[in-house]
Amino acid sequence: MGAPKIVSDASFADDVLMSEKPVIVDFWAEWCGPCKMIAPILEEIAKENDGIVIAKLNVDENPQTAASYGITSIPTMNVYSGGQVVKTIIGAKPKAALLADLAEYL
Amino acid sequence: MSDIKDVIIIGSGPAGYTAAVYAARAQLDPVVFEGSVTAGGALMNTTEVENYPGFAEGIMGPQLMEDMRKQAERFGAQLITDDITAVDLSGDIKTVTDGSGNTHQARSVILAMGSGYRELGLENEKRLSGHGVSWCATCDGFFFRQQEIAVVGGGDTAAEEATFLTRFASKVYLIHRRDELRASKVMAERVLSNEKIEPVWNSQVVDVLGEDKVSGIVIEDTETGERRELPVTGLFIAIGHDPRSELLTGQIDTDDEGYVLVDAPSTRTNQTGVFACGDLVDHVYRQAITAAGTGCSAALDAERFLADQDG
Repeated sequence: MGAPKIVSDASFADDVLMSEKPVIVDFWAEWCGPCKMIAPILEEIAKENDGIVIAKLNVDENPQTAASYGITSIPTMNVYSGGQVVKTIIGAKPKAALLADLAEYL
Repeated sequence: MSDIKDVIIIGSGPAGYTAAVYAARAQLDPVVFEGSVTAGGALMNTTEVENYPGFAEGIMGPQLMEDMRKQAERFGAQLITDDITAVDLSGDIKTVTDGSGNTHQARSVILAMGSGYRELGLENEKRLSGHGVSWCATCDGFFFRQQEIAVVGGGDTAAEEATFLTRFASKVYLIHRRDELRASKVMAERVLSNEKIEPVWNSQVVDVLGEDKVSGIVIEDTETGERRELPVTGLFIAIGHDPRSELLTGQIDTDDEGYVLVDAPSTRTNQTGVFACGDLVDHVYRQAITAAGTGCSAALDAERFLADQDG
């Protein structure tokens, strides 16, 4: 896999909901310190895993999607499979903890 | 397992990075364990830092940390974004274990793990964490546009968060156990003159309400015991910090609250070759600049310790 995929309000349905592989969406923003801490960890996970798509959605630029999924805290990472949210991880975590949370989708 | 280093620094933030800058310039080849998600320390959750000398117009907390990190890297500090999960600080050679289970050894260790935010200790606080309960106003304030929210706490952090949150919220209750703020005068005045902030004195939060997300809080008057509900959708907790010294139990002397004791004005701990700095030690000043200052002291203390050993 390569770098995380950048998704938006406009592309969310195509890139995330219709994806054949499960997608982890990282809801983030420029002004969020913990989001910056977790970004390199997600990049590593994206490089190391083929089974899942890692996507980033900037909540500042894409408020509709964040609002429709009831996001009130970032970073939040939602895992989507078959168009549904199957897992929600809130807050920055160490890589090992994140991998453990995501194990069944990797 | 690899070679024995001169110095290992545990923790980042102003203390750890400053220690790294000094140790690297002294050619001690420091290895810094920054923490996998705590890298950058407490300032990563702040916005504008107005009182760090040298920045006439202020600087963003995360930016300041990124710059300090780069500065340490420029002089050859080895920065590792991982946690330390165990330490053995006795003896001449200190051993630390990282989050992946690898061990690292050094002749000296600088402790700069800082402090973590304190929780209210309510069951529903945990359950609703991330669903209206937050410890990071800069991260989450954005989601509370035109809503009524509450901040609990009376120090600088609480005052700063309450002020920051008025950018988004229609109203901010500031709930404090006492009848005046502990915050610095300039921060307190900013709060008290802000029309959107309503201080709620002599009160503590005793419950957080809501099924899937926060729909209100219950507060109790600390004098009369009277309880009432506030219909807020967000609760930002800023009641202080506790030192991250759990790893050190049984090896490094701390005070009753867990702050590491040092032989002030040096940064020496009770273990030879182990130095401590920043918020892990300091429960009095707790500023970015004082953390950076003691980080510098710790690196110089470690440098002298190593020189004495070699001499």
